[in-house]
Amino acid sequence: MGQKIGLPFETFEHGADIGIRGRGKTLDEAFENAARAMFSLMVEDIGTIMPEKTVHISCASYDREGLLTAWLNSLLAEASISGILFRDFTCSIKDTSATGTATGEPFDPSRHKAGVEVKGATFTELRVFEEGGIWTAQCVVDV
Amino acid sequence: MDLKKLKKHAECVWEIPQQDEMRVPGFIYADEKLISEMDEKVFEQISNVACLPGIVRAAMAMPDAHWGYGFPIGGVAAFDPEAGGIISVGGVGYDISCGVRTMSTGMTKDEITPHVTRLIDRLFEVVPSGVGSEGKIRLTPEELDDVLVGGAKWAVEQGYGIPEDLGRIEENGMLSGADPSCVSDTAKKRQYRQVGTLGSGNHYLEIQYVDEIFHEPSASGLGLRTGDVVIAIHCGSRALGHQIGTDYLQILGQAAQKYRIPIRERELVCAPIRSPEGERYYKAMACGVNCALANRQVIGHLVRTVFAEILPQATIRLLYDVSHNTCKIEEHEVDGMKKRLYVHRKGATRAFGPGRAELPPSIRDVGQPVFIGGTMGTHSYIMIGIEEGERLAWSSACHGAGRAMSRHAALKKWKGTKVISDLAHRGIVVRTASYRGAAEEAPDAYKDVTEVVDATHRAGLARMVARVRPLACIKG
Repeated sequence: MGQKIGLPFETFEHGADIGIRGRGKTLDEAFENAARAMFSLMVEDIGTIMPEKTVHISCASYDREGLLTAWLNSLLAEASISGILFRDFTCSIKDTSATGTATGEPFDPSRHKAGVEVKGATFTELRVFEEGGIWTAQCVVDV
Repeated sequence: MDLKKLKKHAECVWEIPQQDEMRVPGFIYADEKLISEMDEKVFEQISNVACLPGIVRAAMAMPDAHWGYGFPIGGVAAFDPEAGGIISVGGVGYDISCGVRTMSTGMTKDEITPHVTRLIDRLFEVVPSGVGSEGKIRLTPEELDDVLVGGAKWAVEQGYGIPEDLGRIEENGMLSGADPSCVSDTAKKRQYRQVGTLGSGNHYLEIQYVDEIFHEPSASGLGLRTGDVVIAIHCGSRALGHQIGTDYLQILGQAAQKYRIPIRERELVCAPIRSPEGERYYKAMACGVNCALANRQVIGHLVRTVFAEILPQATIRLLYDVSHNTCKIEEHEVDGMKKRLYVHRKGATRAFGPGRAELPPSIRDVGQPVFIGGTMGTHSYIMIGIEEGERLAWSSACHGAGRAMSRHAALKKWKGTKVISDLAHRGIVVRTASYRGAAEEAPDAYKDVTEVVDATHRAGLARMVARVRPLACIKG
């Protein structure tokens, strides 16, 4: 499980699929870590992905929770269209819109051990909240 | 699930009595053991579905029901467009028209066994699977639109398969009403390189053999004998279907507010069938169905090319192709009158009994084949639709084993390499792009498919015909 200076991204239990969770000192950071949690499922070691190419992402929804699924689904769409696996993310949220970047490299079976393909972020166990100065962004992803 | 909350009608027929805002009762088709092991969420989700406008007769759960997205997986519900009925993204699911195609080979286990490793290795090379895999077919935007309208018919026209295949596919390989202009550019872009790919997760391609026949007349009607080898392909509409689901969750979310439809769970968002939003979703979903049908048709063709190369004496015939995640317009009898209903089956298989006009003449007297996928280490089943299923659940049956353990827990418990070597010791050759996937899909992470199939049979939803065991498996 990856760590980021005490602000982890992690996966959690769900009956048929997998939950992903990102935490951060800000909402932006929680979204960035949620994205890392999701891409960590798609390759056995997210550290083997090199930061070669950066793409820009923008998305919107009608509330904050909807924005998390929109953000994650935009990243998945970009990954499947460009064939790139991402490892680093920046996210900037304003109301119910987000802009950001995702950095990674094309999937290379000789260097990357495949994980599971995430088909989409869902509304199940979808929660975005702040507690004790720490933001959490989580949902179940369909694999 | 607490059995005390249910009213027992028969050994495998239990009712969730109508209460609060429920417009109809709920029905769960399973035995005491399966129901007591079911998630409480199934009760909640079936009750929620029963509250939706225009629902006819009941909200239903198949024996393999478990917690899903809006609808439970294994959920079935029909809506009447003339009574304000709705269409729901959650009632179809994200992987639109995910399903199973089974093909006979005309060969026996004894004839194939010496060649199994070579076959599966070559199939693993030829059929793209796993994360980041791409198909050999590259499509222009115009060509992709043709796929979305034409489905398996498009594939056959391109030389992937033979015209006789089409009669053995639901909707003769092409669901009408598809309109690519209702599908987003993002969804289409995600599919340009994915036609003819298996995907990952629980998707698979298996070489199986028939090890037991339970109902001889149905088996012989399908041309199946003990020892026959068949090929099963489980996959769906890939990224396109998922993107359609994602896009329309937003669109129907707003529509539900506009039409003042109370929504108890976010993924149950819906719109009236007779509304611009509902009509557009149906047209987009039909594109997803056709995409999945084309996908399985192309993979079926790839299987044929491998057999032609290694075992040219094999004759690969399509036995049938079923879909699990669909909303279909079907004629059913309601209070003695024929009605056209929008039947949602989320993780449930259409299982028409004998005589339905939708079945091809060659098996119309037999009934529709239904394929119930087990795990790579156990076995799968072939069932057949019966008349009783029409009265019980709009001719619907279960679709698979259902998980007993989360992916998370499976990953902690098993190593993919060990799962594969254990299966090899038992004579099952597994090839996979992902050891993680193999661990998550370990046979013991699933419920016993036999219990699910047995309950489906005893409830009267479909009849057990044959059991098949894997010889080799490609896990996506």
